[in-house]
Amino acid sequence: MLSIKGLSVAFRTRNGEVNAVKGIDFELAKGERLGIVGESGSGKSVTSYALMRILDAGGRIKAGDAIYSGVDLRNASERDMRDIRGREISMIFQNPRAALNPIRKVGHQIEDVLRRHSRATRHNAKAKAIEALEAVKIRDAAARYEAYPFELSGGMCQRVVIALALACDPKLIIADEPTTGLDITTQKAVMDLVDDLVRARGMSSILITHDLGLASQYCDRIVVMKDGLIVEAGDPVALFTNPQHAYTRKLVNATPRRTGSIRALLPEGERTELPPHVIGQKPLIDVVNLAKTYQGKSGPVHAVKKISFTIHEGESVGLVGESGCGKSTTSSMLVRLLDTTSGSIFYRGEDIASLPAATFAKHPLRSKIQMVFQDATDSLNPRFTARQAIADPLLRLMGMRGDAVTKRTEELAEMTGFPAHLLDRFPHQLSGGQKARVGIARALATEPDFLILDEPTAALDVSIQALVLNLLADLRVRLGISYLFVSHDLNVVRLLCDHVIVMQNGAIVESGPVATVMETPQHPYTSELLSAAPQAPEREMA
Amino acid sequence: MAVRGTSVLTRIAQAIPVLFGVIVISFVLTRALPGDPAVQFAGIMATPETIEETRAKLGLDKPLPEQFVVYLGQLFQGDLGQSVSTGRPVLTELASRLPASLELTLSALVLSCLVAVPLGVLAATRPGSWIDQICRLLVTMGVSLPTFFTGVMLIYIFYYLLGIAPSPLGRLDFIYLDPPHVTGFFLIDAALVGDWETWFGALKQLILPAITLALFTLAPIARMTRAAMLSALSSDYIRTARAAGLGSGRILYGYAFRNALLPVVTTLGMVFSFVLGANVLVEKVFAWPGIGSYAVEALIVSDYAAVQGFVLAMAFLFVFLNLVIDLAYSLIDPRFGTSGK
Amino acid sequence: MNKIVSSATDAASVNSAQANAPATPAKPKSGAFAHLVYVLRENPVTGLAFGMFALLIFAAIFGPMIVPYDPLATDAASVLQPPSFAHWFGTDNLGRDVFSRVVVATRLDLVISVAAVALSFVIGSFLGAIAGYRGGWTDITLNRVLDTIMAFPLFVLAMGVVAALGNSVANIIYATAIINIPFYARLVRAEVNIRRNAGFTLAAKLSGNSDARILAFHIFPNALPPMMVQVSLNLGWAILNAAGLSFIGLGVRPPTPEWGIMVAEGANFIVSGEWWLALFPGLSLMIAVLTFNLMGDGLRDIVDPRRRT
Repeated sequence: MLSIKGLSVAFRTRNGEVNAVKGIDFELAKGERLGIVGESGSGKSVTSYALMRILDAGGRIKAGDAIYSGVDLRNASERDMRDIRGREISMIFQNPRAALNPIRKVGHQIEDVLRRHSRATRHNAKAKAIEALEAVKIRDAAARYEAYPFELSGGMCQRVVIALALACDPKLIIADEPTTGLDITTQKAVMDLVDDLVRARGMSSILITHDLGLASQYCDRIVVMKDGLIVEAGDPVALFTNPQHAYTRKLVNATPRRTGSIRALLPEGERTELPPHVIGQKPLIDVVNLAKTYQGKSGPVHAVKKISFTIHEGESVGLVGESGCGKSTTSSMLVRLLDTTSGSIFYRGEDIASLPAATFAKHPLRSKIQMVFQDATDSLNPRFTARQAIADPLLRLMGMRGDAVTKRTEELAEMTGFPAHLLDRFPHQLSGGQKARVGIARALATEPDFLILDEPTAALDVSIQALVLNLLADLRVRLGISYLFVSHDLNVVRLLCDHVIVMQNGAIVESGPVATVMETPQHPYTSELLSAAPQAPEREMA
Repeated sequence: MAVRGTSVLTRIAQAIPVLFGVIVISFVLTRALPGDPAVQFAGIMATPETIEETRAKLGLDKPLPEQFVVYLGQLFQGDLGQSVSTGRPVLTELASRLPASLELTLSALVLSCLVAVPLGVLAATRPGSWIDQICRLLVTMGVSLPTFFTGVMLIYIFYYLLGIAPSPLGRLDFIYLDPPHVTGFFLIDAALVGDWETWFGALKQLILPAITLALFTLAPIARMTRAAMLSALSSDYIRTARAAGLGSGRILYGYAFRNALLPVVTTLGMVFSFVLGANVLVEKVFAWPGIGSYAVEALIVSDYAAVQGFVLAMAFLFVFLNLVIDLAYSLIDPRFGTSGK
Repeated sequence: MNKIVSSATDAASVNSAQANAPATPAKPKSGAFAHLVYVLRENPVTGLAFGMFALLIFAAIFGPMIVPYDPLATDAASVLQPPSFAHWFGTDNLGRDVFSRVVVATRLDLVISVAAVALSFVIGSFLGAIAGYRGGWTDITLNRVLDTIMAFPLFVLAMGVVAALGNSVANIIYATAIINIPFYARLVRAEVNIRRNAGFTLAAKLSGNSDARILAFHIFPNALPPMMVQVSLNLGWAILNAAGLSFIGLGVRPPTPEWGIMVAEGANFIVSGEWWLALFPGLSLMIAVLTFNLMGDGLRDIVDPRRRT
């Protein structure tokens, strides 16, 4: 049905031409579900834009053929392509809210497509558009027809995008990271919906994703891309159990799953023994009835509702939940960036909850409680070099000056595996992994004994995530510190934590040892979270 | 719809504190006159007695808050004081001259929108082309041109050298009679009575000053249209529309242009601010009998009541125009009033 | 031995990703310099603008020393002479040399605009930074005040201020500064506000920085690049504004040479064909404004190539 041969795509940039896709071949049969997996910059999205001929200005198909049902997509006229788009091949995009015209009713946007492809007339367009909305299981579709994108949730917007793509019964649907930015349970609902529709209508599909686990769950066949080339192709189970290419192996290893140790994320040659960390008997952090209430427009919003938990010395606790569950508010209060409404936070028996966040910067305990932020790019001052960033807490909190600062900064860089020769670079000259290391080094500078990790790997590719997680595991052993690991992903939390807390709507719904919670979840929400996470096929014991 | 109705009412209500602020500033300016305001308001020929009389009349012998209340009361009665030079109430003068200014300003704005918006759209859809280069050139030159200088040069070229423009003295050559007053807009009034000769006479007088003003306002509008169009065209929803096979006309006008209009409409507020200011200069150059040249004449003879009345009137006009712009905005953006706008 | 995972592997994958990006120089300074060279080469107009700026500064400093005639000296024998070898830009109705007057006027026009922009930059940045960082009532109050200032057509407000404070050059500067303050205050407020809860601001708090220190050393420097663009564009606008005020007879008084007033004087002779009186000061004014605008656009390109419009 679709046959790609030697496809190359190039972009004009100010440094000359850049080849984003460098000659790839693959075929797609009718009814087949193909996954294209790769990390950022692998050329996977560009491939799909090239097929649809919707490359950004400056991009062009340089060589190769793309034949869809006998039509040469590379040389077809723009008019023919417009007929193919939407009717034969459709696309679903990431970031659904931005993918919809913000000032047009969603129903009208679907009508536009229906009428463009003569699937509806002026008279029955509305009925057909509502039908399309119903097809993606939008409740009360007639009312949603009148809605603007800003009035809908992210998951609902993605359903509208899907309805738009499927409105004209295309034969092939391309989904480009369709679940990025959606909560894990919404993600599962959206993926299941697309999969059901694709199967029911006998369509072919291409799923473009960075998540090997997701692709293996929803695809019949997977191609793995790296730097514009296909490095390996095969069915998911084979790919997972017996990856041939070194890169695929690395990717398979680095994909977090239900079992396996943290070291197993690393390539085989680099798996050193991880000494166990020691968990003390004394509580380091004791949270009692902690609550935070905001004044919202329509009454008070209870972001965190009287939660209590304990973190012992050297222990790592995972805090898991979806966006809006209160986990970020909790971590902000713990790190004393946010004032509490009520409750106590005992640090080694001393209640720090009542100390105002505004003046905590001058408190002696400031150096003991630190945080690694979610987005490494956002958390580094663009005008500070890596060295300045790491040295800042040394100067402000430790009172160090001169050579002592230099020495300690380099020591921290070495400790976090940040190359010393890059210390004088600015953040925009560093990679994501390197920036994450600077963030960790800065947090460790004051020798804290409690570190809050706020989704420290969320913005990273899986192979980099594997390295950073292992770095954190090593540092824990070496420095004997406690972590509070905030994440939405139980499979990641499991790797690093001894104990896990699951939050929903500002309250703790379940907590316990990681193994217990993962294997025998008590609360239905925990089970939902667990089942929503993409399930990668189990690999052979390495 | 109910939500939007409420937010429109909210927007109208928001104009009230702004107007109050405007009145406060205007009051402060009146009392900040160099020297003794009473002396200023009494005029050049004042004797100590008339100065004292003026002081009492203006209430300048009372404490400031009380003066403010009096000032407010006068405003509500439409009393902006007397013009020293003409002896007529400032409000009457302003009201009789306002249509001239509005006619000039609005025709200039319409003219510049008619040129700038298509220019910006064309430039954005063909980046790097000759039309884009022209757009860039016009935009850069346009903001750099002092309006009074453009006006003077246009007079030199079209009146002195080519002789195709009428002499730059007012709204209508003295050979014509003013059309009967209905709206005060000569073009409209002349058309209403079917007096096309006068209509053309008025148009001929209007063209040069309107072009002068339009050249000045062309730049910000074209610039914003181009930028907004470029950003709309590179947005995700345009990619979705393209992937759905929509035609290029639909994508360009139905999707991109309507979204690009939002920042353009917002920019119009700023443009109004510029154009009302530049209006003063252009009116002086072309001896246009609007409120701007009234203020300039008043400034020369230190007729402060007239100047303050003019400043206040302009501010009220501008607040009103901004309100109109925001209400127009609410018509095209369904998000109006929902996210802090 | 407990070997810390090295970053070599992820550095390697980064290098391949960066192969597409420009080769990153080891020294950040040279990176910025290379970018500057790139922008200047790509857009020679910016280079030209910087050159013209240097010329303006030169004229402002040395103008009175190098001009051929005393700008105030009248000469009844040669009034209203068209441009000639002796008088490059001709003479005016009092026989004064227009070229000398135009060159000497540079200083006054630049001083007015630079002083006004400097005032509004300092006051606006201070107010905007505090409002953007503190938020809450401070922010609301400032916004209300700015809204009120912006509720006046700005040139008209400047007229009102000069009329009220008195007709002097200093008051022209104050009036121009007042109407420019909202632009700086809003820009800084927005720039500070988006960084108020940025990761690096929170990280700076955790590193023990006081609020004042965070604002001054972490947030404000990041707001500077767009500010510089604004300064450059505003300088042009301030000159236009000041010249406009003197064109209608405010501020500068004859016989002081100043571009706006010279155009005003020249305008009286334009209908009788003596074009040079208005043309040359007008052109100088235009070139000065153009210089600042082009510089602003160039700076915008240097600061952020994507925002190029």
